[in-house]
Amino acid sequence: MIRLERRAAPSRIMGWMAPLLALLATLIAGVLMFALLGVPVLEALQAFFIDPLSSHYGLAELGVKAAPLIMIGVALSIGFRAQVWNIGAEGQLIVGAIAGGSVALLFHEVDAWFVLPLMALGGILGGMAWAAVPALLRTRFNANEILTSLMLTYVAALLLSYLVSGPLRDPDGFNFPESRLFHDAALLPRWLSGTRLHVGFLIALAIAVAGWVLLTRTLLGFALQVNGAAPRAGAQTGFNQHRLIWFALMLGGGVAGLAGLFEVAGPIGQLLPSISPGYGFTAIIVAFLGRLHPIGVVFAALIMALSYLGGESAQISLNLPLAVTGVFQGLLLFFLLAADVLIGFRVVIGRTSLEPQ
Amino acid sequence: MVADELTKNDVAPGTAAPLVELRGITKAYPGVLANDAVDLTVRSGSVHALLGENGAGKSTLVKVLFGLLQPDAGTISWQGRETRIVSPAEARRLGIGMVFQHFSLFESLTVLENIALGMAVDADAALASRIVEVSTRYGLPLDPDSAVHTLSVGIRQRIEICRCLLQEPALLIMDEPTSVLTPQEVGELFGTLRRLASEGTAILYISHKLDEIRDLCDEATILRGGKRVASADPGKQSANHLAALMMGDTLASDALASEPAATRGDISLGRREPEGRPEETTARLRLEAVSLAAGASQAIALHDVSLDVHGGEIVGIAGVAGNGQDELMRVIAGEVCLPRAEAVQLDGRGVAHRHAGLRRRLGLGVVPEERLGHAAVPSMTLTENGYLTGHHRRALGRGGFLFRGASRRFATEVIERFDVRCNGAESLAASLSGGNLQKFVVGREILQAPTVLVVAQPTWGVDVGAAVVIHKALRELADSGAAVLVISQDLDELMGLSDRIGAICAGRLSALHATASVGVREVGLLMGGGALAA
Repeated sequence: MIRLERRAAPSRIMGWMAPLLALLATLIAGVLMFALLGVPVLEALQAFFIDPLSSHYGLAELGVKAAPLIMIGVALSIGFRAQVWNIGAEGQLIVGAIAGGSVALLFHEVDAWFVLPLMALGGILGGMAWAAVPALLRTRFNANEILTSLMLTYVAALLLSYLVSGPLRDPDGFNFPESRLFHDAALLPRWLSGTRLHVGFLIALAIAVAGWVLLTRTLLGFALQVNGAAPRAGAQTGFNQHRLIWFALMLGGGVAGLAGLFEVAGPIGQLLPSISPGYGFTAIIVAFLGRLHPIGVVFAALIMALSYLGGESAQISLNLPLAVTGVFQGLLLFFLLAADVLIGFRVVIGRTSLEPQ
Repeated sequence: MVADELTKNDVAPGTAAPLVELRGITKAYPGVLANDAVDLTVRSGSVHALLGENGAGKSTLVKVLFGLLQPDAGTISWQGRETRIVSPAEARRLGIGMVFQHFSLFESLTVLENIALGMAVDADAALASRIVEVSTRYGLPLDPDSAVHTLSVGIRQRIEICRCLLQEPALLIMDEPTSVLTPQEVGELFGTLRRLASEGTAILYISHKLDEIRDLCDEATILRGGKRVASADPGKQSANHLAALMMGDTLASDALASEPAATRGDISLGRREPEGRPEETTARLRLEAVSLAAGASQAIALHDVSLDVHGGEIVGIAGVAGNGQDELMRVIAGEVCLPRAEAVQLDGRGVAHRHAGLRRRLGLGVVPEERLGHAAVPSMTLTENGYLTGHHRRALGRGGFLFRGASRRFATEVIERFDVRCNGAESLAASLSGGNLQKFVVGREILQAPTVLVVAQPTWGVDVGAAVVIHKALRELADSGAAVLVISQDLDELMGLSDRIGAICAGRLSALHATASVGVREVGLLMGGGALAA
């Protein structure tokens, strides 16, 4: 019988090595998968990992995909450290996009500097409002935020789908379920001409640095981590657990909402029935791959962004299904969690300690 | 102090064959040699004491014996045959039972379910009746159907002991078992242990309480700095001598100077006479008719608890575990707020409606009973744990930012002033032994110069040397004008330390009496809910 036994002292070095090991294992599993599919392995790897990075445009696209992952990943890491498990960032992203996008449509054809900031504010507030529901249920009724935030994601997706096929539909759009294209003043400035890279990427990096400062240098960040590690120790020194839960969810919701707004005001430029390839969920993997550390999250986000680009590229050049992206992401999370388990526990083959004597 | 059912002379340990023999056990951790060629022999039917300060290597040795650790060198012989004990399951199979200092019970399950889980058998009526039978036979009455979270620490220990006894061990290891018991309960436990020994069970008894060891044990092995320094017949040695062996020369002389017999019963750290107490000043800490309903996080309701603690005095609250001590701590610390501000007053200011952080900024220091997870965050460093409560009253940050350098200096100051043995301010709290972590959390509060300090179980599981340091520090703090409230189940400690003493029973606090005017018997009466004639 195989069982796991807790190690006396988990290795700290292996804690940091785990993401690299997980990446290596993912690569090996990927090669096996390609080989089993009968796809030329080298070509597939080239298409998946090299081609997307071999042009300026590709690198810029990497930034476009990484921006929302960095933003949400950092915000979720901070919450996860406080043991606040916001799994519904995808829904908060969608509602942020709806709220911010509605501002853009409201000020359609208004050429003013305040339109974008107002949209950003709308995005943040929209995401916060969506996250406020699990926060309220958790602090008032002790309802598990994992379930409530996750379920609200699907409500958000249906809400968006209703809005773009109803109230927010483009009146001149031949009944397609889409909003108007945003006016120029409602679009994010491009960072590099000829690419889709927008200022959101810079803001994402700024958020990562701010997240790092929050966690390592502030009383609030300390309180969040104490709440995650030993809530009673926080209580005896006067950290208010309910406020910390609210903060973690508002941070996650607000940032996810802003990321959603950046998507519709950046690469997309209008509201569509589907605006995110699951950034809110992928950001959960990003947060753990980055070891819940804001700077680690930046690197993890770039890797996950590559998995999106690689999937698209493999679809185009090798006719592989887009699901390859999801498979790679899933493999990576699986191997990472496995590595983490093996760091904390060792595998023992033999009699169990619970066997009757 | 205990009515002997059987005197220790009834068994003749010298003649029995060794049940277990450890030879040359060596175990190294990075940077520390925890056990350095230690020998230990325990005979059937004897009560063998394992003595030593925190960090002396007692826990490591016992973990090796119980299969939790594998030694780097050395051998274990069980009933004359050399054995490798690779796991606790193997140890239990051989007939070794262990009662840990920290209990491993599932709070949401019942007594019966916990015991069944530990033994991997069904929680059926047969087991329930065996529990009742064994626990009654050994004087540890238990109700199999009570949920563990409703039970006091003392009862939880009974569950652990009962769980071991059900497996009819040949060797029972007890790690600091009396820390949580009243004198009466200690008497009962000793009766149980003597009875087990007379039936042939060997008992390995780890304790810092020298008078207990002299009372109970037939043989003693003394460890210091990972080495076995002596074996002794504790009944024939003075407590002084044992303490000197345990602590080595330097610390022992210091400790003995302030604690004459180095036994808990004789602590008298310059206690003030009752008339020395400045009664005319306003109380620094006042509780005014505090009542608190039992609820989700409060197992015991508090009824009309009133209390004054003046500057310069130490007030002790005795009581059996689980009679409202936790709830009282929560109310004073501010983990629970009450609507009526005057219910809790600091220097005359009503704070019962304010949160814990504000109370700390006003001068309240709190040391909760549970070191890991309540007083300190196990996974954080000492620097961070110093900051945890130190930021309220020391300049460890400004404007919501924290100063790492200042925090590290604060932690280092605590470590140096209170002789905390560790690898510096960046060691994890969980890596410290219980006594050293306790010195750290007590020191952390004292170095913030609190005007009111509330301490629960200041020396639970702490060795004599650390206990002396902590008691001295509490007395000095009171002498400097602070009000000190000590809530403890260790009656000897309270009798030695406090100026006035009362007891809490079923959520009601007795009147306070000058400690000099009452004896252990009277306080025992208060602990049972009685009152003393005026």
